Amino acid sequence: MIRHIFMSLAAAVVVAGGAWVPAAAADDGFIVVQSTTSTENSGLFGRILPIFEEKSGIDVRVVAVGTGQAIKNAARGDGDVLFVHAKPAEERFVENGHGVARHDVMYNDFVIVGPPGDPAGVKGMEDAVAALTRIAEAEASFASRGDDSGTNKAEMRLWNQAGIDARAESGSWYRETGSGMGATLNTGTAMGAYIMTDRATWIAFGNKGDYEIMVEGDPKLFNQYGIILVNPEKHPNVKAEMGQQFVDWILSEEGQAAIAAYEVDGQQLFFPNAEG
Amino acid sequence: MGDFWGTMAEAISLILQWDTDLIGIIALSLRVTLTAVAIACVIGLPLGAVVGAFRIPGRTLVTVVLNALMGLPPVVVGLIVYLMLSASGPLGPLQLLYTPTAMIIAQTILVTPIVAALTKQVVEDLHGEYAEQFASLGVGRIDRVLALLWDARYSLLTVALAGFGRAVAEVGAVLIVGGNINHVTRVMTTTIALETSKGNLQLALALGIVLLVLAFCVNAAVMAVRASAVRAAYV
Repeated sequence: MIRHIFMSLAAAVVVAGGAWVPAAAADDGFIVVQSTTSTENSGLFGRILPIFEEKSGIDVRVVAVGTGQAIKNAARGDGDVLFVHAKPAEERFVENGHGVARHDVMYNDFVIVGPPGDPAGVKGMEDAVAALTRIAEAEASFASRGDDSGTNKAEMRLWNQAGIDARAESGSWYRETGSGMGATLNTGTAMGAYIMTDRATWIAFGNKGDYEIMVEGDPKLFNQYGIILVNPEKHPNVKAEMGQQFVDWILSEEGQAAIAAYEVDGQQLFFPNAEG
Repeated sequence: MGDFWGTMAEAISLILQWDTDLIGIIALSLRVTLTAVAIACVIGLPLGAVVGAFRIPGRTLVTVVLNALMGLPPVVVGLIVYLMLSASGPLGPLQLLYTPTAMIIAQTILVTPIVAALTKQVVEDLHGEYAEQFASLGVGRIDRVLALLWDARYSLLTVALAGFGRAVAEVGAVLIVGGNINHVTRVMTTTIALETSKGNLQLALALGIVLLVLAFCVNAAVMAVRASAVRAAYV
């Protein structure tokens, strides 16, 4: 009897393995978008991409990695569209001929979250640089992405402005996780550290524990997202026409409205600001 | 600990209400891993048997290399395959990056040394018993390899399972070359990593349990085949 069960299981396994052929792999109607974890993990793409796919018949395949890695992947030609959040690096990408043009898409902001005990006493501060200075002076644990992502680049700019070489303290109170936003939030909340995160990832994050937003509202915490079509002259494999269709749609009234309509727990995550 | 069991209970209820996406993810996991293991066996079994049975030149070196490659870090394999398949890499024109084929290639590279090294050991031991008989019967080289592989087939099933275990649990390589694209290259392990990073620990754990059950079923199925074959052989 048991043998029969196992045999039918084995048969099921073989059928499942052999019969499954990816429907989308057969045709060429897809583009690859190199993007960031915040857009994917917050659920934004899950909401807006089906609208575009329905309308255009183009399948959008998202590779969600840190901004630094996304830019490098796109610079190798591994993607048709780049959708990230590190304006200076994006402009360099276009200047170096890898991208056709950069467009603002949407923004949100970064926040610094921390444990309810607030060991550095930064709760309610608006000035992000002053708050980081206070955290450094208190030598309170701070978990950094340390992965050259958009969030990490923004964090490093703030430490610079504070005149603090946080990386010199790496391993003591300053902890570089070297991983994505979600993994850093998991690690940081478990060690009672302060963490700088984009608001969208934070709102959608499912393992907040008793953490709260400590610092928010500083214009320096502004987080701009941009979109770039990878340059087909530099990378002939780029599907320029379909990629451009996607870029145009994101920047269109319909695309911008879809971004604005996305909410988690009644809170809007991204604020469209493409130039109309 | 209460928290842990609470998480477990929630995880199991999550498995029960998951939609059809999970079926696709499980099917892709099986397709990628089983294909990779099959290819690894086609390459690794004869390779291991030849190294195990014959005093070929450089045999010790080949053995050491095979054994060392058993410890290949998946992330490194992923990186190498990525650089080869990237649009700017030598195999870029094939456009295989971010496809299940790329994932199969990476896992084949990971599993082949395991299959070859373990096969070598199994065949070498068996060859010790058979060597005189082969010599007295004047069996040719190819026939020797085939006879050894055939007679060692039950042990070699376990070898294939070791390869399967390595491949199905692996996340580093498939994440880099597959890109964890929803409905295209998302498999069990990359889904678990993704849900963990979203902070959805219950769902991640639920998927981990599914993966364990899956590995159990494959192992049980292979062992059942083995048991019935052994019985048939000795009746």
